Formats: sequence, structure tokens, C-alpha cells
Amino acid sequence: MGGNTGYFEFNNVDWNQMWSATWETIWMTVVSIVVVAILGYFIGLLLFETSGSQNFLVKVINWLVALFVNVFRSIPFIILIVLLLPFTKQVVGTIIGPVAALPSLIVSAAPFYGRMVELAFHEIDRGVLEAADAMGASQWQIITKVLLPESLPALISGITVTAISLIGYTAMAGAIGAGGLGNLAYQEGFESSNNTVTLVSTVIIVLIVFAFQFIGDFATRKVDKRVV
Amino acid sequence: MIEFKDVSKTFTTDKGNVTAIKDVNMKIEDGEIFGIVGYSGAGKTTLIRMLNGLETPTTGEVDVNGTKISDLERGGLRKKRHKIGMIFQHFNLLWSRTVRKNIEFPLEIAKISKAERQKKAEELIKLVGLEGKEDAYPSELSGGQKQRVGVARALANDPEILLSDEATSALDPQTTDEVLDLLMDINKRLGITIVLITHEMHVIRKICDHVAVLDGGKIIETGEVLEVFKHPKQPITKRFVYSEVAPSPEDTNVVVEQLLKEYPNGRIIQLTFHGNQANLPIVSEIIHQFPKLRISIIEGNIHQTAEGAIGSLFLQLIGDQEDIDGALDYLKTMRVETEVIEHGR
Repeated sequence: MGGNTGYFEFNNVDWNQMWSATWETIWMTVVSIVVVAILGYFIGLLLFETSGSQNFLVKVINWLVALFVNVFRSIPFIILIVLLLPFTKQVVGTIIGPVAALPSLIVSAAPFYGRMVELAFHEIDRGVLEAADAMGASQWQIITKVLLPESLPALISGITVTAISLIGYTAMAGAIGAGGLGNLAYQEGFESSNNTVTLVSTVIIVLIVFAFQFIGDFATRKVDKRVV
Repeated sequence: MIEFKDVSKTFTTDKGNVTAIKDVNMKIEDGEIFGIVGYSGAGKTTLIRMLNGLETPTTGEVDVNGTKISDLERGGLRKKRHKIGMIFQHFNLLWSRTVRKNIEFPLEIAKISKAERQKKAEELIKLVGLEGKEDAYPSELSGGQKQRVGVARALANDPEILLSDEATSALDPQTTDEVLDLLMDINKRLGITIVLITHEMHVIRKICDHVAVLDGGKIIETGEVLEVFKHPKQPITKRFVYSEVAPSPEDTNVVVEQLLKEYPNGRIIQLTFHGNQANLPIVSEIIHQFPKLRISIIEGNIHQTAEGAIGSLFLQLIGDQEDIDGALDYLKTMRVETEVIEHGR
């Protein structure tokens, strides 16, 4: 271990390493967001479509999905990574590197987003769904033409929140070997006592979070036509 | 033609069974505007929703132009629904779509080609008078404009019937009249049957041909609008009718009671005019024929219905018994409906 260095000794920073770590973080976040958005959408849809039914079988499905969602939402992320190690090894073939972080990132965030999707669907005006029904829309048409477009602002702001917590998770995954800025801050910053690397990593993560928030807010406003 | 045959509907709730509709038998002819009026909880919504299968009767059958709605399987019901337009109290427009896209929505559902959708939307925008608002979102429209979009949307698939679920209840009086005029215009122009439910007698009076009064899930009175306005039979119908033709029946009653007490020899009569009678100089004719008779006007009003004007006039007659009887006879020869009021209603 080297001696304790200050926070502003930028010549101690290996910028190539920094950029590749940044790229890894963005890659992990974006790939997992895409998968989480798709999976979460289906989980939310399943929860929404099976809620309030009188049918016993449908009730059981609803109960099972809800249980799955609640369990995986409750497991702390750091434990989930460890818990999923065998699964990760099976699916990805390794437990090191950005790709190995994906399974645990997705499994932790998809149920979380699924709940948000369900809530977003429940917020849609019942009257609009009834109108579509009265026009003779099929279930598929209601999903694609009403549920999705009418809940879009909530879906986008939901995925923004999920993305930001995913960025936090990538850093945590990085600390135990998944690469990215979390990994760099831990390996270089902490283990080698290079405080400047820690600071720069932090600043970059904060900037990434800001960027996602900005894009999310902008897109939400753009699609929301409910207010003039 | 629309037919309800022995229709009943019972809902099972946690607190037991609730009968929403009881033994309803009713026929609605092609091309007419049929109004169902009742207080909230009377079962109007359940009844109208049976026409497009959003509710199914527990017993009995609902027949729309020869199709038994409750017998249709899912696909058939969806197809039938394309041909049954519906407008709603809260419009139920998609906020994420522009006016044009909202109108195209039912056409998309019916899988009509894009070119045809655009053409149809264009026509309907003109029909409901929304030119210039094609690309506006619902949040940019007034309540009346939103309901115009609702009407255009309901007409998109050239429906056989149009259902109106309290379509004017969320609108102010002036906008209500605009939308009612639009409905009447559409009924005349397209010959489409309109079934509407409302709690406002004003709506019935203004555009309906026939009316059914619903109370406690039963139809307690039905008939031509003018007839029901002239001779309401059931107490609830009377309450509806009076609330519309005499805006403040209580006030009239108070005055009538007072006059009866003050002038025990006088008579108070209520005249009901309809159609051209409303234009005749009946009162001045009475004054001519019975110069000794003192006449004072207590209250009068006139209303326009789809089938003509209907008016009522409260008069106090003071004078000889002979003159009063003569005046009453004259009214009889003029075929003006006359009711002598002994004491308030």
C-alpha cells in the first residue's frame, strides 16, 4: 500500500483507466436498463392484468408474481450478488467483469420497476379503459393503444428512478469485481490509497446520475400532454 | 329496433344481493332519441351498459337490431361494439392523442386502413365543428369541445346506435345546450338512434322523442315526451317535470295558498298549452268575453321540446260564479288543458 495521498493530485490518475471504467459503468447501466425496462414492463402488466380477478387460477398467478416481486425487492443488493453467484456463473460463464454484474443488476431492479409499471397502469383513468372496451378493443389493443401510451410519463420517470439506483448498484457490484467506476474507486482509490481517483470516480458517477435524471425529466415532460 | 325483454339484473355483493334492474320491458324505435331519466342509483347506467354488453342481464334479453347482445361470444361482441357508439359524462378521451388521433382511435380498433381513417376523421371534425383544433390535445380543449371529440369518436365507425351516458352532466348550461343541439342535428342528419340517460329533465325536454322514467330499477312511466310533460302520472315523474317547467314550484305553491286564503271566492287555475295553442291570445279573449272578471297572472312559463312548445300559466279568476264557469267553459272549447287548483299541489 502506498502512502496517503491528497484529493487533488491529478497526475496520479491514470486517465485511460478512468475512461474505460466510466465506459464500463455506462455500459452496465444501459444494458441492464434496457433489459429491466422490458422485463419490468411484463411483470407490471402481469400484475395489473391479474389483479382484482375472481378467477382462482388468475388469483394464484397474481399472488405468485407478487411474492416473487416482494422477495427480490427485499434482498439487499450486496447479498443478492453473492446469492446469484452460481446462477451468474452458469449463465455468463464468469463471475468477474461487467457482464457478470448484469444478472444480479437485472434481477434486483426488474421487480422494483415491475411494481412501478403496475402502479402506473393503475393510475390510468378507468373511464378511458372502459371507453376502449365499449369500442370493441381487444385485450392486445388495449395494452398497446391505451395502457402503454397513457402511462408513458410514469413509465419514463419510473425507469429514470430505477436507472439511478442501478448506477449505485453497478458501483457496489464493481467493488466485488464487476469492473467500472466502483471497482476503480475501490481498487485504486481505497486499496492503493489514491484519494484523487476516488474523488474523480465520485464526480463522474454524480455526473452520470445527473445526466440520466436530466434526460429522464426531459423525456417525461416531452411525452406528457396532460397539462398545457 | 332495440328491445328489452323482461330484463333483470342482480349484483352479488359482500352485503348480499342488490337488484339494480327489475323486469324492464321497453322498445326503442329506429331513428328516435330515447331518454331514460332517473335519480342517481335508479339503475340508468346499468341499463344503458346492457346495450353494448358492458353489463349482462341476469335474466331476460337485450336485443339490438335483431342481435341478442347477451348471446354474443367475445369476438362477435367486439364486432357489434364497433357499431355501437358511446359518449361519456367525463368524455374519456385519451390525453396522449390529439383530437384527430382520438377520433381515429375506434377506426384503428376496427382495423380500418390509414387513408380511410384520415378521411373519416376529417369528415367528423367538420361534422362536429372542430375545424382548427385537429392537432390540439384534450388538455387544450374546453369541456364542450372535449364532448364534441367524444361525439365524433363515437360516430367514427358509422354506428347503428349512439349511447349517451350522462354526456352533458359535467357541462355548464350553455355548453349543455350546444352539445344537445349537436346530438339532435346528428340524429336528424344521420338518422341514427340515440339512447341517452340523464338526471336532467331539461335534456329530455330539449331533444328526446320518448322518455322512460326509471326508479328503483323499474320503469315507472314511459311515453312521448310531450305527453309525459303534459300529464305526468307518477309522483317521481311529476317531480321531474315540475322541476323543469316550473323552476320553483314551492314558491308558486306558497303564493297560491296565500291567494286562496285571501280570496276564498276566487279560483286559481293552471293552464297547460302545447304546440300552436301557446301562440293564441287566450287570456285577452277571456277578458273580452267576461269583462267583469278580474284576472291576475300568478306565474307563467314556456319551454321548447323536440315536438313543439309547451307552456303553463297560473291565473287567478275573481268574479261571479257565472263568469268563472263561463271562462272555464271557454277554455274547454279552446281545448286548453285546465286544472282548478283547490290548494297547493
